[in-house]
Amino acid sequence: MTDFTNANVVLETRDLTKHYGGVHALEGANFVIHQGEHVAIMGDNGAGKSTFVRQITAVEQRTRGDVLLHGKPTHFSSPIAAREAGIETVFQNLALADHLDVPSNLFLGREKVKFKFGPFSILDNKAMREATMAGLEKTGVKIPNILNSIENMSGGQRQCVAIARTAAFASKLTIMDEPTAALGVQETAQVENIIRTLKGQGEPLILISHNMRQVFDLMDRIVVFRRGRICANLKVSETDPQDVVAYITGAKTGAEFPEAA
Amino acid sequence: MSKNQHGIGGLTFDSKKKARAPEWNVFFALLLIVVIFEGLGQALMGQSLLFDTGDRFGTIFNEARLKIIILQVAIIGIIALGSTQVIILGGIDLSPGSVVGVTAMVAMSFAQVGEINGMANPKLMFEGIYNLPVILPVLVGLCVGILAGAVNGALIAYTKIPPFIATLGMMVTARGAAKWWSKGQPISFPTDGYAALGKGMMPVVIFILLAILFHLILKYTVYGKHTYAIGSNEQASRMSGIKVERHKMLVYTIAGALAALAAVVLSSKNLTAQAGMGVMYELDAIAMVVIGGVSLTGGRGSILGTVLGALIFGVIISGFTFLKLDAYYQEMVKGVIIVGAVVLDQFRQQRAASRM
Repeated sequence: MTDFTNANVVLETRDLTKHYGGVHALEGANFVIHQGEHVAIMGDNGAGKSTFVRQITAVEQRTRGDVLLHGKPTHFSSPIAAREAGIETVFQNLALADHLDVPSNLFLGREKVKFKFGPFSILDNKAMREATMAGLEKTGVKIPNILNSIENMSGGQRQCVAIARTAAFASKLTIMDEPTAALGVQETAQVENIIRTLKGQGEPLILISHNMRQVFDLMDRIVVFRRGRICANLKVSETDPQDVVAYITGAKTGAEFPEAA
Repeated sequence: MSKNQHGIGGLTFDSKKKARAPEWNVFFALLLIVVIFEGLGQALMGQSLLFDTGDRFGTIFNEARLKIIILQVAIIGIIALGSTQVIILGGIDLSPGSVVGVTAMVAMSFAQVGEINGMANPKLMFEGIYNLPVILPVLVGLCVGILAGAVNGALIAYTKIPPFIATLGMMVTARGAAKWWSKGQPISFPTDGYAALGKGMMPVVIFILLAILFHLILKYTVYGKHTYAIGSNEQASRMSGIKVERHKMLVYTIAGALAALAAVVLSSKNLTAQAGMGVMYELDAIAMVVIGGVSLTGGRGSILGTVLGALIFGVIISGFTFLKLDAYYQEMVKGVIIVGAVVLDQFRQQRAASRM
């Protein structure tokens, strides 16, 4: 297995904290992900997983702490700024425009243009089509007619498009928030194939998932959240599902995380 | 796995050809309606609606009627071009009829001639303002329309009130402004330059040029893409970095500008402006848009569809006149057709949803 040394840290958080008024949704999260590493974030509902991701992607502004991308502190003002810096997120509720075709969805909000003229810039449809094909190839997704509108596609195909979106752009980090939660068995397999493809290409990825089998099949490391704190940081090769469940439910706490007990 | 399917992990992607463009359906509806009126004409009147039977003009078609069909929808058609964009965006605009009223009044008061039959014009709106070059009243009119559209857009984008309410407010306010402008008096006697804008087939020329322009804009620019995207999924558009509020302002402003152009053409054609001009035009425009296959829920439709919708509208009105039916029936049938078009759209959407 790849050695994840400190030299190739992609994203690091230090003391990342989010309070909603008196509610401490996230408390002092120290987290690291390396180049090519696939990390699962697990935890019960309300454990702080989504809050954690929302601080990284700047959907919300953190109360305290630092987020470092390639060693540089970042202060994204919006999810768009985070995306422009290379953090691509696949949201739980698919952020797709149903009536548009695949290239339009991939390039939504960042269209390629031939001729710049404010909002009336001329679209470069050919370049977007080609980049779409390249992006789909990278993820191993095959959609013969990408000019069909998304509404004519199945849930799995739509999810694949949403994921291909992250791959079509030179992203530094991909975050997926329960990408298979709403999918059937075959479609889940398809999405998991995409994750494997990304792994093969050395793309780092954070996966929020409740699916133990999926996590053990695909990920390198599991970070468990409990009551707004990180309570365990486990290598998949050194742990087992029972152990992870024990951490999730609070029956067990990592030695290095005493305050999470 | 059949030949035209591809996939991995058991998931296949159908490579069926892209579905037929919905504009074809509208086109077939247009043909069907023409055929119905032809049949009724032959049966009831012993005449043809569109063809030059009896060689009265020595042409294949009855060109006079064709011209009337297009001419009578051209001005409302200009409004409908704006309504198309607003409705694709997922909104609605009830104000253009009233904006036509106020814009016509304001524009006309800057378009008056100084002398009539060698006498000073006694009906001048502003003393000393007469015989201005034609571009000035047009620009002033455009400014009025742009202002009204921008207010609509700002209300909808930034106060988040429903478009229905915001533009209803504008509809009432703009009509009031139209009456206030000249204390209810009509404004007449435009310069020859201004009068030329609506003369003869000019309204049709202007309508077609604008239709081509906005067809290209909606199809080939970022503006068009974002209009469809917001109408399709506003939340996703926002998450994707589209400046949704700014874009809404822009679309409503353009709709206002198009209403203003319609007002200029209309007042020029009538050689007068009255506060009551354009009443109910917004509903006729929305009817053209809906008949043209634009979805009231947003994200779907096209300028081409609206142009075809306008033609259907024109054929129906001409057809009723041709059959010498009372105007009451026209209105009633118009209502039925609008509702019918929306019901069809609902069915289409349910079918699309059931495929998922």
